[in-house]
Amino acid sequence: MRECAHELRTFIRNNFLYGSDSPEFAFSDDDSLLERGIIDSTGILELIAFLEARYSIVIADDELVPDNLDSISRVARFVERKLQPAA
Amino acid sequence: MCAIAGAVAAKRAAFDHSVVADMVAALRHRGPDDCGMRAAAGIALGHARLSIIDLPGGRQPMCSPNGSIWIAFNGEIYNFIELRADLVRRGYTFRTRSDTEVLLRLYEADGDGFVQKLNGQWAFAIWDEMRRTLLLSRDRFGVRPLFYTTRRDRLLFASEIKALFVDRSVTRAIDPRGLDNVLTFWTTIPPRTLFKDVHELPPGHSLTWHDGGVTVTPHWQPAFRGDEAPPRSDAEWLEELRARLVQATRIRLRSDVPVGAYLSGGLDSSVVTALMREAAGRPSSTFSIAFDEPEFDERVHQQAAVRALGTDHHELRCAHADIADVFPDVIWHTEQPLLRTAPAPMFLLSRLVRERGFKVVLTGEGADEVLGGYDIFKEAKIRRFCARRIDSKWRPLLLRRLYPYLPDLQRQPAEYLRAFFHVSAGDLASPLFSHLPRWARGRRLRLLLSDEMRAALDGYDGCEEIASRLPADFSRWDTFCQSQYLEMALLLPGYILSSQGDRAAMAHAVEGRFPFLDPDVVELAAALPPTLKMKGLDEKHLLRRLARDLVPEPLWRRVKQPYRAPDGAAFFDDRRPGYVDELLSPSRIARDGIFKSTAVDQLVRKFRERRCVGAIDNMALVAILSTELLVAQFINGHGKEGYEGMRPRAADVHPQ
Repeated sequence: MRECAHELRTFIRNNFLYGSDSPEFAFSDDDSLLERGIIDSTGILELIAFLEARYSIVIADDELVPDNLDSISRVARFVERKLQPAA
Repeated sequence: MCAIAGAVAAKRAAFDHSVVADMVAALRHRGPDDCGMRAAAGIALGHARLSIIDLPGGRQPMCSPNGSIWIAFNGEIYNFIELRADLVRRGYTFRTRSDTEVLLRLYEADGDGFVQKLNGQWAFAIWDEMRRTLLLSRDRFGVRPLFYTTRRDRLLFASEIKALFVDRSVTRAIDPRGLDNVLTFWTTIPPRTLFKDVHELPPGHSLTWHDGGVTVTPHWQPAFRGDEAPPRSDAEWLEELRARLVQATRIRLRSDVPVGAYLSGGLDSSVVTALMREAAGRPSSTFSIAFDEPEFDERVHQQAAVRALGTDHHELRCAHADIADVFPDVIWHTEQPLLRTAPAPMFLLSRLVRERGFKVVLTGEGADEVLGGYDIFKEAKIRRFCARRIDSKWRPLLLRRLYPYLPDLQRQPAEYLRAFFHVSAGDLASPLFSHLPRWARGRRLRLLLSDEMRAALDGYDGCEEIASRLPADFSRWDTFCQSQYLEMALLLPGYILSSQGDRAAMAHAVEGRFPFLDPDVVELAAALPPTLKMKGLDEKHLLRRLARDLVPEPLWRRVKQPYRAPDGAAFFDDRRPGYVDELLSPSRIARDGIFKSTAVDQLVRKFRERRCVGAIDNMALVAILSTELLVAQFINGHGKEGYEGMRPRAADVHPQ
């Protein structure tokens, strides 16, 4: 999960912040990406495209909620759940 | 019509007048029919003419019979016939039928305040030899451009910035705040421009120069009522709007050359075309843009309008490659960075208009601003509505109705919509409430700037600057009118009427005329109760009712679709012009020092790898390319080749 969080941070920094580490957009693993102004209405689709390609998962429409996707830790936990074989 | 240029010096010590001839030469695309210049010690006015009214009599610069007052004028005064009749009653005589001479006489009769009487679009310079005073003036919405710079004891002015740079002593440098403004507002906050030391005469302002001193004063500003609208029934408002629009259209057909129309397939241009047919008693010629991508294409609606209004229609097909090919030429004309490519197809459209023999077109521009059509007004209304019941599950679903033409947004789940349009208490209290989400994007685009540019900005915040300049009674206006004001003060003059308007059309010497921006229409619209502009979420409610009598139902019922064109993707086709890779290369970006090369590289890779790109990425790419083109054309280079040899010949120069 730590590795996933690291990958996500790199993706978000490069993809949405063009590699910048400006303090204006600094964010912790628990910060809301929406509230920090990092991800906007089209950005969420970019994030989904990245997750589906990188982790070979398929994300259903009803999984597209901020609870699953709106911070680094939430996304990491969500990806981890998706990768676990169904019990 | 036309272009103006000139210079004036505090001391009569003659400067070299040939610089003004060169300035006129740089503007000949705006006025290919004729050119002229008038000069005396310490003053020179120049003019490039597009002949529309009084073809033989309207030569410029024009001067009063005793030679003491001169004028160089770009634009149209639509009520010149009425103004002329009034002057004749007052004993003034005329040598020509032109509107230019009416301006000259009106200045003699009434002095500086005469601009209040004008219904039209203008940028003019009047030199009063007796007072040794120069008056520059620009119409209410800044339809016609005018820029100036001061060099030691001289003032230089011109219709476009490129003419000022003809004088090699004028500084050529980017103003970081100008660039920051464009990244946030799509335009600079006047009088600022992208270029340090180059000022725009703001829309609705006049400038007086006397003995080296410059005074800039407003003669008009958008304003709304702080109190209740006058009691009128809906039917009375409708009748009044119809009467004023009919008159606004009728006087805009005054021309000695044929007049066409832009027909986008939307409500506004359909209404204008229908009113033109009524006024002229015959169908008009219309022009529109067609795209291959269904996302942008409006052909179905255009064809419906053409059938209903029986116009002689001309269509421009615009492909990705066309946009990329003409983009450098477009930027040469806009003189301001773009965040969208939309002016490029408009540039191609004016070329088609010209090829088909037209110099003048009427368009529906301004209806969205004055009568309440824009999605940003709707969005603000919904955001306020959601903010009143923050826990409501269903209110955010209204947001889906906002942007029916954006498939990406339609796919958003309700939870996300609510989060995206989240309203904080601080936002609700802001006078800029309606525009905060749009302008917040500027913060992300600023990440692309080089460290040097960011340091030069030193914490500058354009939104604070806007907030500090709002009209005194702004807080008493209805919130709907507040959002209208912000559109009318910034995007309308600075982008819609400029990059996408005057510049795109005048690149091919085509003049746009806008009935919805007639002062009588604007005055009525400002007094309208906001519910007649947007009733619930029905935008331009009153105009839509007016349209019922003019166009078939599918056209008056149609929900607004903003005019858009392919953006970033246009530059990443396999067959793309060489300048794209050259301007985006890390070495070029680093050399010019405006943007951060590592950031640009991240962005470009997103496009090259055909990854999913967002709205901000598209704006970023268009902004970088257009800014780098401006640096190449205006800062490092000496402009587009080819205007040499078009300067006024000796025979065209009228000495005092």
